[in-house]
Amino acid sequence: MSSISRRWTPPPLIANRALRYGVYAGLCLYLLVAFSTIEFNWTRMSEGAARAGNLFAGFLRPDFTSRWDDIEAGLLESLTMTVTSTIVGIILSIPFGIGAARNIAPAPVYAFCRAFIAVARSLQEVIIAIFLVVLFGFGPFAGFLTLAFATIGFLAKLLAEDIEDCDPAPLEAIRATGAGWWQVLAYAILPQVAPRLIGLSLYRVDINFRESAVVGIVGAGGIGATLNTAMDRYEFDSAAAILLIIIGIVLACEYASGYIRAKVQ
Amino acid sequence: MLVIDNLTKRYSTGDLAVDNVSLSVPAGQVVGLIGPSGAGKSSLIRCVNRLVEPSEGAIKLNGLDLSKLSRGALGKARRRMGMIFQEYALVDRLTVMENVLSGRLGYVGFWRSYLRRFPQADIDRAFVVLERVGLLDHIDKRADALSGGQRQRVGIARALVQEPDLLLVDEPTASLDPKTSRQIMRLIVEICAERGLAAIVNIHDVALAQMFVQRIVGLRKGAIVFDGPPDGLTPEALTEIYGAEDWASTISKAQEEDADEAETGLPGKTLASA
Ligand SMILES: Nc1ncnc2c1ncn2[C@@H]1O[C@H](COP(=O)(O)OP(=O)(O)OP(=O)(O)O)[C@@H](O)[C@H]1O
Ligand SMILES: [Mg+2]
Repeated sequence: MSSISRRWTPPPLIANRALRYGVYAGLCLYLLVAFSTIEFNWTRMSEGAARAGNLFAGFLRPDFTSRWDDIEAGLLESLTMTVTSTIVGIILSIPFGIGAARNIAPAPVYAFCRAFIAVARSLQEVIIAIFLVVLFGFGPFAGFLTLAFATIGFLAKLLAEDIEDCDPAPLEAIRATGAGWWQVLAYAILPQVAPRLIGLSLYRVDINFRESAVVGIVGAGGIGATLNTAMDRYEFDSAAAILLIIIGIVLACEYASGYIRAKVQ
Repeated sequence: MLVIDNLTKRYSTGDLAVDNVSLSVPAGQVVGLIGPSGAGKSSLIRCVNRLVEPSEGAIKLNGLDLSKLSRGALGKARRRMGMIFQEYALVDRLTVMENVLSGRLGYVGFWRSYLRRFPQADIDRAFVVLERVGLLDHIDKRADALSGGQRQRVGIARALVQEPDLLLVDEPTASLDPKTSRQIMRLIVEICAERGLAAIVNIHDVALAQMFVQRIVGLRKGAIVFDGPPDGLTPEALTEIYGAEDWASTISKAQEEDADEAETGLPGKTLASA
């Protein structure tokens, strides 16, 4: 046995030496150039710093009381929006998810559902909300539609992927007993995807609550609208109260859904 | 009685998996289907219940040509064919009882099955087969909480509760230890005898096949190259099926094991312990 210790280093990502250093040098150069094009306007930043001071001062003294009526109304609107849009979204996402699963859906249905999901997912909530506010006017109905639509895109895609990842053996076995298509769905697919579907739905509840605050800013009602108003009036103390409430509710959702998910696994 | 007439299966990829196979299996007969990996054993039995669509030929079960049935009629015909799988193919998150009752899905409507409101007659049938395979103590356990041998028993019970005329069995013992393998094979063979079922059993273990089945069919590249009694499997026949090897030990081992079985006495009574 030879005792010479042989050296080993992992092979570099780019084998060609010249090319490798060329790429590194190019990257550095790009970063330098990119940074040099950013304008730093120091006077505006110092003005902003003063406002930031106000903002943080406000955040240290959150004011729940003086705008409580607005906050309460906004909150209720947001929670209503969240619950209704999540429920409607889940109910509609199930047929779309099943239709978008290649292993069980006929080709035309598959193509249609995939296309719908792609559209639903390519549009960000805020953009959908802007459209729907134009269509249906200001207020929570536009918010509800936005969130339901986004929920369908999100859940249907993940559900479809789950169905496609199902163990195919039980599917075949259930089919071989003479079961119909719906029975195959209920006996071979549903038990395999149900736990994750429940988990994702709960996860979607807290996403929808957060999003309800965002879409409110573009006029779709809810706590976001209240927050926007508070910011516009420079009432940073009320804004702070609203943010704290949002954080609190998201945390509560998070814990609750974690708890339920652990139960259903 | 199952009659397969000039069955050919060519996959869309161009693989000729089953090549002009004709075979008939009378009620009560258990046929061991052997052959090297890729010979088309799984394709052949999947063509019978049309999990795989045959390309040519006819398959008749008690006179009914399965290869020409429409979707709905196929569902009805599949109720008469039980299938048992290598990896059991149970639905893990369902209980033993639910898995067994799924064998009755072809007979009950969607809502009844969805709500688990099976007719009492079906539940009675399920209890009978569960007792037969020795699983009465586990009916409400989830399928993934069972051992391999127990899982395969659930698979067998699911096939039996269909009250089929034919069992299609795809490598039932490939994931089991030697002892459990024998118990499972013995169970399948005994049940076929009790109920007068025809069965095709795909199997890799030649010795095990010789020990239990009445007839062996050898498949090579999709075509039948051997069809005869287990002791007709000479080294020459095995070479014909699998290719050249020293087969003496495989065969003599089988015969020793046969002797072994005879000494240890009555089979069948030790089943529930696996
Ligand atoms: N779904 C499929 N699509 C295309 N070709 C397939 C498909 N299933 C099987 N084949 C091909 O058909 C041939 C027979 O396969 P099959 O699974 O029937 O063999 P087998 O005898 O069951 O093998 P094993 O003993 O390994 O299970 C192989 O060449 C395989 O590649
Ligand atoms: Mg196979």
